[in-house]
Amino acid sequence: MNPEPLRATKSAHRSRGDALLKSAVAAAAAGIVILLFFLGVELVYNSRLSLVTYGFGFLVGTTWDPVHEVFGALPFIFGTVLTSALALLIGLPVSLGVAIFLSERAKERRLIGPALGSLVELLAAVPSVIYGLWGLFFLAPAMKNYVEGPLHAYLGFLPIFGTTPIGTDVLTAGVILAIMIIPTVSAVSRDILNAVPNSQREAMYSLGATDWEVTRKAVLPYARSGIFGATILGLGRAVGETMAVTMVIGNAPTISASLFSEGYTLTALIVNQFNETTSPLYASAMVEIGLVLFGLALAINLFARTLIWRMTRASRYRV
Amino acid sequence: MTGLILLAVAVAVVPLLLIIGDVVAQGAPAMSLAFLTNTPTPPGVPGGGIASAIQGSVLMVGLATLIAVPIGVGAGIYFSEWPESRLSFLSSFTNDVLAEFPTITLGIFVYLIIVLATRSFSALAGAIALAIVMLPIVARTTEESLKIVPVSLREASMALGVPRWKTVLRVVIGTGKAGLGTGVLLSVARAAGETAPLLLTALYSPFIPRSLFLPAGSIPYLIYYYGLSPFADWRTAAWGAALLLVAFMLLLNLTVKVFIGRRFSGVRAEF
Repeated sequence: MNPEPLRATKSAHRSRGDALLKSAVAAAAAGIVILLFFLGVELVYNSRLSLVTYGFGFLVGTTWDPVHEVFGALPFIFGTVLTSALALLIGLPVSLGVAIFLSERAKERRLIGPALGSLVELLAAVPSVIYGLWGLFFLAPAMKNYVEGPLHAYLGFLPIFGTTPIGTDVLTAGVILAIMIIPTVSAVSRDILNAVPNSQREAMYSLGATDWEVTRKAVLPYARSGIFGATILGLGRAVGETMAVTMVIGNAPTISASLFSEGYTLTALIVNQFNETTSPLYASAMVEIGLVLFGLALAINLFARTLIWRMTRASRYRV
Repeated sequence: MTGLILLAVAVAVVPLLLIIGDVVAQGAPAMSLAFLTNTPTPPGVPGGGIASAIQGSVLMVGLATLIAVPIGVGAGIYFSEWPESRLSFLSSFTNDVLAEFPTITLGIFVYLIIVLATRSFSALAGAIALAIVMLPIVARTTEESLKIVPVSLREASMALGVPRWKTVLRVVIGTGKAGLGTGVLLSVARAAGETAPLLLTALYSPFIPRSLFLPAGSIPYLIYYYGLSPFADWRTAAWGAALLLVAFMLLLNLTVKVFIGRRFSGVRAEF
C-alpha cells in the first residue's frame, strides 16, 4: 500500500485534534472576558430605573431614605473611601517592611524567611467573616478601651478624635481592613522587589553602601511604580471587602469628621438592604450601589494591574 | 532600620496569632460530635448543631468545583499554550481583574440572572456564585504550573510524533498536575470561606439541603448570622463553626505547601 495517503490521514487527524483542543480552551478563555462584560451590562440594565430617576444626583446626595424613596449614595462612598484610606495609611508601611524583610534581609536565612512568609500568607487565607467575628468581639472592645479612649481623652480637641469612642466605628473598620490587605500588598511588593535586577544592588554595594542604603537608594526607587501598583491593588481589596467591615463599622449612614463615629460602606449597604427592598425603585437603587462599587473596583484594578504588569514583564526581558 | 523592619513583621504576624488563638479558645467549648451531626435548634434549646450548614457548604462548594475546574483549567491551558494571541492577553488580564473583584458584586450578578429568573434563592445560585469566585484562581494556577513544564519534555513528545493536543493533555498536564491540584485546593479553600456572594444567592436555611432549587445554609453564613444574634448559645455555635472553618483552611493551606514544595524541587532538578 502506498504510504502517502496514510500519512495524509494521520496529519489530518492530528490537526483536527489540535483545532478541537484549541477551540475548546479558547472558548473557556473567552468565557472569562464575556463574564466580566455581562456583569457590567447586567448591573447597568437593572439599575436603569434609578439611573434615569436620580441621574448624577445619586452620587452626591447625602440622604438615604427608603421610606420616601430619596436615595443618595454619598455617605456610603465617603465611608468606603475613608476606611480604605485608613487601611492604606496603616497597612502600607507594615507591608513594605515585611516585603523588604522577605526579599532583602531573609534571603540568607533559609528557614526564617519562608516560614514568616507563609505565616503572612496565611492571613490572606482567613475568611472575611472570621475577621468580622473576631473584630466585633475582640478588636472593637480593645480599640475602644486601649486606643480610642486615650486618644479621645488627650487629643479630643481635634475633630477626628472628637466624639465618644464606641468601638464599632470607622477607625476599627480601618484597622481590620489594614490587617486584611497586608498579605496582598506585602506579597506583591515582595515579588516586585525580587524582580529588581541584582546588578542594581551590586553596583551600590561596590561603592561601599550599607544594606539599608542599598535598599533605600538602589532597590526601592527602582521598584517604585510596582510598589505603587501593589498599593493600589490593596486599595482595591479594601474597597471591595464586605463581611468584616459590615460587622465592625456600626452601619449608620453619617458623614462625620470623627474617626470614632459609626459609618457605612457601599458593601455593607448591599449586605444589609439588598434583600429588603420594598419597591422597584429601591431595588434599582441597590443595584446602582453595586454598579458604583463595580466601577470603583474596575478602575482601581485596571490601574494596579497595568502598573504591576509593566514592572514584572519588563524585568522578565532584562533578567 | 532593621529594628523597624522587624517591628513591621511582628505587627503583620501578631493579628494572625491573636485571631487563631481567640477562635480556638472560644470555639473549643462548642465542639463535640453532636455539634457536627445535629441540625440547628431554636435559641435556648440545647443540642443544636451545624450539620445542615456543613452539608450546605459541601454541596455548594462541590458543585462550584465541578463548574469552575473544567473552565478554569481550559482557560489556563489557553494562557500557557497560546500566550501570544490577543484573546490570551485580554482574557488573562480580565482574569487578574476578576480575581480581585469584590465578591459581593458577583453575588448581585448571580442574583440578577439566576435568583430573579427562578424566583427563589437556591443552592444552585450559591454554587454558581462560588464557581465565579473560584474560576480566576484555577485559571491562574493552571497557567503558572503548565508554564514551568520544561520545553524539553514537549519537544521529546513532539519528536516521537505525538500530536500537539495529545502532548498538551498527556505530557504537559501530566507533568504539571501537582500544580493543578494546588490551584483546585486553593480555590476550594477560598470558596468555602466566602460569605458575601451567598447572602444574595443561597441565603440560609436551617434544614438539611434536599434540593438544589431551595435556599441552603452554609458555614460562613451561619457564622455571620449566629455571630450577630443576641443569643448566647447561638454565638457559641458561631465560634464553633469558625473553629471548624479555620481548621479546614489551615489544613488545605498546609497541604498546598507540601504540594508546592515537592513541585518546585522536582522542577529544579529538571533544569
